[in-house]
Amino acid sequence: MGWNRKVLRVDLSAGTCKEEPLNMEWADEYLGSRGLATKYLVSEIDPKVDPLSPDNKMIMSTGPLTGTMASTGGRYTVVTKGPLTGAVACSNSGGFFGAEMKFAGWDMIIFEGRSPKPVYLYVENDKAELIDAADLWGKSCWETEEAIKHHHQDPLIRVSSIGLAGENQVLFACIVNDLHRAAGRSGVGAVMGSKNLKAVALRGTKGVSGIKDMKAFMKITTEKKKILADNAVTGQGLPKYGTQVLMNVINEIGALPTRNHKDVQFEDAGKISAEAMHEKRPTDGKPQLVTNAACFGCTIACGRIAEIDKGHFTVVNNPKYWGASGGLEYEAAWALGAANGVGDLEALQYANLLCNEQGMDPISFGATIGAVMELYEMGVLTKEQLCTEAPFGSAEALARLAEMTARGEGFGKEIGQGSRRLCAKYGHPELSMTVKGQEFPAYDACGIQGMGLAYATSNRGACHLRGYTVASEVLGIPVKTDPLTTDGKPELVKAFQDATAVFDAAGICVFTSFAWTVADVQPQIEAACEGDWSMEKLNAMGERIWNMERLFNNAAGLTSKDDNLPPRLTTEPAKTGPAKGLVNGLATMLPEYYKLRGWTPDGVPTAETLERLGL
Amino acid sequence: MWKSLHIDPKKCTGCLQCEMACSVEHTGVINPSKSRIKVFSFETEGRKVPYTCTQCTEAWCLNACPVDAIRVDAATGAKQVFDDVCVGCKVCTIACPFGTVNYNQDTGKVQKCDLCGGDPACATACPTGAITYIDADWTGLDRMRAWAAKANTAVTE
Repeated sequence: MGWNRKVLRVDLSAGTCKEEPLNMEWADEYLGSRGLATKYLVSEIDPKVDPLSPDNKMIMSTGPLTGTMASTGGRYTVVTKGPLTGAVACSNSGGFFGAEMKFAGWDMIIFEGRSPKPVYLYVENDKAELIDAADLWGKSCWETEEAIKHHHQDPLIRVSSIGLAGENQVLFACIVNDLHRAAGRSGVGAVMGSKNLKAVALRGTKGVSGIKDMKAFMKITTEKKKILADNAVTGQGLPKYGTQVLMNVINEIGALPTRNHKDVQFEDAGKISAEAMHEKRPTDGKPQLVTNAACFGCTIACGRIAEIDKGHFTVVNNPKYWGASGGLEYEAAWALGAANGVGDLEALQYANLLCNEQGMDPISFGATIGAVMELYEMGVLTKEQLCTEAPFGSAEALARLAEMTARGEGFGKEIGQGSRRLCAKYGHPELSMTVKGQEFPAYDACGIQGMGLAYATSNRGACHLRGYTVASEVLGIPVKTDPLTTDGKPELVKAFQDATAVFDAAGICVFTSFAWTVADVQPQIEAACEGDWSMEKLNAMGERIWNMERLFNNAAGLTSKDDNLPPRLTTEPAKTGPAKGLVNGLATMLPEYYKLRGWTPDGVPTAETLERLGL
Repeated sequence: MWKSLHIDPKKCTGCLQCEMACSVEHTGVINPSKSRIKVFSFETEGRKVPYTCTQCTEAWCLNACPVDAIRVDAATGAKQVFDDVCVGCKVCTIACPFGTVNYNQDTGKVQKCDLCGGDPACATACPTGAITYIDADWTGLDRMRAWAAKANTAVTE
């Protein structure tokens, strides 16, 4: 079995840590990580619960392949009800924390209640205890990790923590592990902050011993790693350029949302691209990129390690940012850059560092700044309010507002509410580039039509990781489809959504899906896990997970009206590039999508669908 | 002909496949905490460095062992710990200047790299070629070749 069959339940209100057996019936239906943790969540909380109240729960979960030699088997998921969206929040992270949870002998940790004072959870194999975190409160994620390792005199501890953003309940606060990996989206860090839980520190020496057939597992994982190595995207593009390989590609096809989605191409895309990260800077003769890095067990290694220009105005007097650290990924570079019209790569890296240091989602933060800059240019927001001039393209404003948001200072508090609340407050809800309150990632839905439907129907709000049809529409994986048409997109979106749920539930990285299909994951699960894991079963499971999330959202009060896009994407045609003159055809795609899903025209799963999926 | 584990830190991404492979080979469990090779991460420099026993010719661990539990494997040159002889006194862990012999709480013995009998699992598992198993007399071959290529370019120019 790939599972440890053990759940740690932490009641923060009572201050207790209890062991309980993993529900293996559910494991058979939902596998692990995103699937299984969501099953626990929806079974245990009232969907109408206030996400930041003690009645909400937060689950950190591994999958059966987490902590194994399956490539990318280092993922863990944080599942809770999200404060940014009011929908299910489900954020996945790499690094080394997830594997350590498995090595300590646990599959998942369920946090409930609210601690009366700041605490952190320390787990050393079977032993779990809550420790006073008064001296950690107010520290950054980086300082917290260091302080915990120092306190326990153990450099091998793995830590997930919140920074100031999570403490201040910034609605897009994330949970940072291993310094620069994060469960990034939907504000899971704010939920952790609301529970007065500063960090989770793990140390495991037990390893993963229960692989069903170790010999078969080693053989099949080796074969599948070779597929990743031989693939142009996972074997060459991602290791060399990281996800940033996309910046110029997406700009060329006219799908790079620019200046709060007013434009679809950014004139300075080249300056903030992967290629730019490789170029030597004129100032110090060094490229920003130092090297690539892998998460646990990952044979792709798309991670970026970068070094900011020490002479840049953002850090010139601040040596703590001078060392190598997590570098720009595509989504972050887009959100901090193109979304605001900022073409200063060093300023982007500074904002990125702040997001890692204090635990903020750079996508939602950057996209919110896009809205702030538009409101500023319209005269709705003023220099006096923002404490800075903030026209599109201002690197100074980006840096200053990042500091203010992370620290909860001045107008930073309002930015920390995300763009939906901010734009509504200032009378322009139409300028919030969000779905269900969550900001868009880096693909314009006019130039990549399928993504419009993927965003609108994503169960955690606008997101690229729930149904990445960019793979098909732009990269031709697994087959090339025309990005400019809505034809066939409902099927494509559904297929990607269901398959992604399987990858997520297994405990591996969805980036493997550039080279793998579910058919490549299936034999790895089969070799690791007890039971019969046929393709039919996995496909049904992916669809079941999707529908389970949907049911929760519906019960939480979301309706088909929330499967929507901002008017800018459905009424303002793209101005340049291949998609010039096009808007997103959501209205065409959505009814067909509901039908394919076996949902009513109002987006509710029918009784037949629920029965078919065993829900 | 003996071979050596050769490590090129520049190629290491820090994925820990080597640590997992080592633990599986020796314990049957995926457990980096029991690996005989460790990858160190120097965060602020962005460097990852795998490190393990270099199989010293004059092996201090072997010389220090009071019960003769560490012996040379004639086929590979590995200094190998014999678990049935080792008494867990840890003197070898003190003697080794590099720290690559370590005590294992679970077994009560010490453990170190034994080159997996001539087919090191870490090198096989490494996805980037940062760990290779090559002719013990020519571990510098690749670097020499690289410099030779440069020297040749200079002459040609």
